[in-house]
Amino acid sequence: MKTSSPLSKQAARSRVPEIITGCIIVAIYLLVFVLEQVVSPGSMLFSVLKKGATYALVAASMNLLNGFTGLFSLGQAGFMLIGAYVYSIFTIPVEVRHSVYQYYDGGIIQHTLPFFIALILGGIVAAIFAWLIGLPVLRLKSDYLAIATLGFAEIIRAIFQWGFLGPITNGSNALRLFPNFDSMNIRQGGDPSAPVSIYFSTTSAFIIAGICIALIFMLVNSTYGRAFKAIRDDEVSAEAMGINLARHKMLSFVISSFFAGIGGGMLAMFMSTVQAKNFTSGMTYEILLIVVIGGIGSLTGSIFSAFLFVACSEWWLRFLDNEMFLTPPAKIQFIVVAIAIIAAISLLTYFRNRHASPKKRKRVYLLTGIADVLLLGWLLWFQFMGGYQMPLLRNGFRSVVFAVVIMTVVLFFSRGIMGTKELPDLIRDIGRSGQNLYHWLCGKRGTGKSLKGGANDV
Amino acid sequence: MKKVLALLLSSTLMLALLAGCGGGQTPPPATTDPNAKVVHIGVFEPSTGDSGAGGKQETLGIQYANSLTPTVDIGGESYKVELVYADNGSSTDKAPTAAQQLVSKGVSVVLGSYGSGVSMAGSDIFKNAGIAAIGISCTNPQVTQGNTHYFRICFLDPFQGTVQAKFATEKFQAKKAYCLAELGNDYDVGLVNYFTDAFQKLGGTVTSETFPSGTSDFTSYITNAKNAGADVIFAPCSISYATQIIDQAAAQGLAKPIMAGDTWDSNKVVEAAKGKAVQIYVSTFYQEGGNPEFDSGFKTFLNSNSTNLNNNGGNDMISAVSAMGYDAYYVALEAIKAAGSTDSKAINDAIWKVSYPGVTGQIAFDTVNGDAVRKTAYIKTVNTETGVWDFEKEQSVD
Amino acid sequence: MQTVLPYLLSGISVGGQYALIAIGYTMVYGILRLINFAHGDVFMVAGLVMVYLSASLPIYVVIPLVLAITVTIGFIIERAAYSPLRSAPRMSIMISAIGVSYLLQNLALYITGGMNQMYPNIPFFTESVSIFGATTKRVTLVTPILTVVLVVVLVWLIKNTKIGMAMRSVATDYETSQLMGIKINSVISFTFIIGSFLAAVASLLYFSNYTTVIPTSGAMPGLKAFVAAVFGGIGSIPGAVIGAFTIGICENLIKGLDSILIQTGIIQQGLGLTTFSDAFTFALLIVILVVKPTGIFGEKVTDKV
Repeated sequence: MKTSSPLSKQAARSRVPEIITGCIIVAIYLLVFVLEQVVSPGSMLFSVLKKGATYALVAASMNLLNGFTGLFSLGQAGFMLIGAYVYSIFTIPVEVRHSVYQYYDGGIIQHTLPFFIALILGGIVAAIFAWLIGLPVLRLKSDYLAIATLGFAEIIRAIFQWGFLGPITNGSNALRLFPNFDSMNIRQGGDPSAPVSIYFSTTSAFIIAGICIALIFMLVNSTYGRAFKAIRDDEVSAEAMGINLARHKMLSFVISSFFAGIGGGMLAMFMSTVQAKNFTSGMTYEILLIVVIGGIGSLTGSIFSAFLFVACSEWWLRFLDNEMFLTPPAKIQFIVVAIAIIAAISLLTYFRNRHASPKKRKRVYLLTGIADVLLLGWLLWFQFMGGYQMPLLRNGFRSVVFAVVIMTVVLFFSRGIMGTKELPDLIRDIGRSGQNLYHWLCGKRGTGKSLKGGANDV
Repeated sequence: MKKVLALLLSSTLMLALLAGCGGGQTPPPATTDPNAKVVHIGVFEPSTGDSGAGGKQETLGIQYANSLTPTVDIGGESYKVELVYADNGSSTDKAPTAAQQLVSKGVSVVLGSYGSGVSMAGSDIFKNAGIAAIGISCTNPQVTQGNTHYFRICFLDPFQGTVQAKFATEKFQAKKAYCLAELGNDYDVGLVNYFTDAFQKLGGTVTSETFPSGTSDFTSYITNAKNAGADVIFAPCSISYATQIIDQAAAQGLAKPIMAGDTWDSNKVVEAAKGKAVQIYVSTFYQEGGNPEFDSGFKTFLNSNSTNLNNNGGNDMISAVSAMGYDAYYVALEAIKAAGSTDSKAINDAIWKVSYPGVTGQIAFDTVNGDAVRKTAYIKTVNTETGVWDFEKEQSVD
Repeated sequence: MQTVLPYLLSGISVGGQYALIAIGYTMVYGILRLINFAHGDVFMVAGLVMVYLSASLPIYVVIPLVLAITVTIGFIIERAAYSPLRSAPRMSIMISAIGVSYLLQNLALYITGGMNQMYPNIPFFTESVSIFGATTKRVTLVTPILTVVLVVVLVWLIKNTKIGMAMRSVATDYETSQLMGIKINSVISFTFIIGSFLAAVASLLYFSNYTTVIPTSGAMPGLKAFVAAVFGGIGSIPGAVIGAFTIGICENLIKGLDSILIQTGIIQQGLGLTTFSDAFTFALLIVILVVKPTGIFGEKVTDKV
């Protein structure tokens, strides 16, 4: 196109980040697929990726409700439970039902559905429950809604554990032996006992989660999505603009629950056993924290933080749970690295808050100062007094560190990793600052925002 | 933009931290020998959660055995045995990742777990990785049913339930029993089910109730038991609930015997019952005094170290699960020796043929599910005056 | 009557304990419009502090210490986790509360090493007594009395003291009270102090009765107490107390319902209704929210545009 008006030129340029995003996504999928063929299947990496994909979907569904529609719901675990149960009930092979439903003579459902139909069915049942629950509770306001949905999740849990429903739900006992992610691996000749020819389990988790998240993304960017955001920003004016509040809230609630149900099915595939007592409010809180860390109102953030959250809690921070002995050089190394980290974080906080209000600055500096003194004192004590066992490290320390990190994010980085930005926005930002850098290097004035100006918009 | 910078900076820090600790992850200098060959045994036990206390006692048995026999001969070469731990948190949703943790560390064989539910939840992971697991005190039949990689060295719940039912009718001429189980706990629910079957066959009637996880108020359940006119109460739940049930039963002056399975064989139960007007009977795998050599050695081991003593619940009373853990370790070593390699597949095949005279009795596996063949259980009762377990009788079926 | 009495007794007892926790919720909500999810965990921490202190100190020293430490913890939580977010959206501060709850539970897990802690015997409380043929611990009888006494004192305090007046004023209109020269921060701190103090008393009573403390001990009682506060009309102290007793009694009746029905010959076989003892509380909550969202004693709140 040679005759380019400024408008179309702008439009053409703004497409670039989306294309890059697309490339990144394709690259990630390829990478996962290749990794799966190359790395030993026993590695923690795949465990983390599968659980991360599951949590990413659930977090995205929660974000749709909490971040985009502004409905503070804490019922996610309940809908996941429904999805997980429906999925597993309908996929346990008929021949092993007798051993799973051992106290209920094999249960009353004697049909098996293909796994993806069962997954979708799980979502649909969760959505139906959501509709029924939504009728009374969606009229409630923020905190009342939160506590009512939390209550519903608990009620759902009790119903699924009730002995009288045992022939369907297996009572409070675990459901097992249904197809899990490992059943997605392609085996030679399709024989389940043959060695695996193509590993597909992690990729399949990514594909399911990817499709669902893409649907959520499309919804958020549709007219419905704009209506949701209008409701979030101001209910009264949204209504004045002609948005049917009840209908849109219900729609958001039902769709979110649908995807939470699918996420529950995926969680079942990940855990390979399903038991109602695991779907506690603690699970909802975890997902909520993921959403907050990622940024309320950013799907990319939810996805990113889901993987980060799972990797930290299940994998990277595990070493904190084990007692550890250091060699003398390693001890010095540890102390030096620790001091460097403390110094870096302190400097970072110092610079970040230089221009904050005096009150906030005072508080932040005070807190950092106290933390610094404590940590450095502890390190000194460790250097001169405490033998070669790493102090504090024992079972449970991981969770404490993790909780402290989360509290820090909640208090000091309340906008989360991404704020309300999505990946293309991020790329646009990076592109802009790259441009600035280029212009700066060439000694020209940037046409985009200056680096300093860019910093303020975050 | 600043956020991106902060993110970059913090991820660099994270990496630095990991690198720093990666460098530090070496065992104490005294025990490292870079040339020694090592075989890893996974310890899949809860150290937190409702079954944490039991899991720790089981682990202690394994650790004691490991301290006595830290090496194993494979094909004429001496291998150092290294224990790799993973805490399954007593919960079926944490178990799969804990199991994965063991698999990723490259263990050759797995011991555990205390608790049947978590064993089942981890089972698939071990199966897919081709690693054999030896259950120590997971008594639910489903753990080993229909698979060839999960074994166990303890008796099963159908057996235990029958033993208890028989004991109840013989000793107390019980006609009515009140059963209490935790919702969603495979162990409780399973055992209650088998007890009910056996008790009804002996002509009794049973009232069963369940309580939600995390319950601490058992007053109403004890009242229900009284109202049901039960002659015995059968409450095979986790230790954390056991202590509450005992406490409430004593507070309400319940004069009926309380019976339970192997989980109650714990010093926490003795502690809770001491000085109270309650009768408690449990069936278990091992009675202190069964093997004096093991007893004295294990007590020395416990007393040698305050952590060990703490993990055992603060005193040196021997739990049956510790003795079972001790035996399981040697069964694993026998299998490794017989396999002649550290390869997990070979070890899996070798376990079927292991026969080992343990402190809890002769251990050999049946050819169907890989369950230990056991014919008797020990019944113990709490001496509420002195605060120790008294041996009641050795009970078998038929 | 003989059938129902034991359930009523334990219901009243646990209801009193919920009531003391519920007051903390209702007061904080009344002033800050915050569901303090960490309140139940403060209650649990009070239990743990008691366990650890009583290992080395005599009981009459420990009890005041426990009260003091719990109050300090409540105060610190407010200052560190809630006060920085005073101008942030309501969701942020609630998330912060969830974060604190997560932190306290994990900290407790770390300190206890995941082991259940046996609560020490408080000599007078834990003895068995017999009442109308039902045997129970003395704490069961002490609880409702102590609860009522504390509530009366508290209501008097709020009605007649300067700080109480300030609290009522802040609860009615946050901004205007600020303009009137009320020191908002100290009022809020004081609210947290009272709430934590009552939670500590509740923990003494609760754990004397149910003697094991675990890191999640506070979660369920906390939620139920909150439901009680909503049931009675949030912000209203008598409402919270009545709600708590209602929930405590209903919950125990549900646990015994099978047994009662069988005894009275209405049904032959148990229905497994004990499964719903926790869920019932939430069902009650939803019913009340739908029928009368402001609770029994709550006042109508109009939406400000």
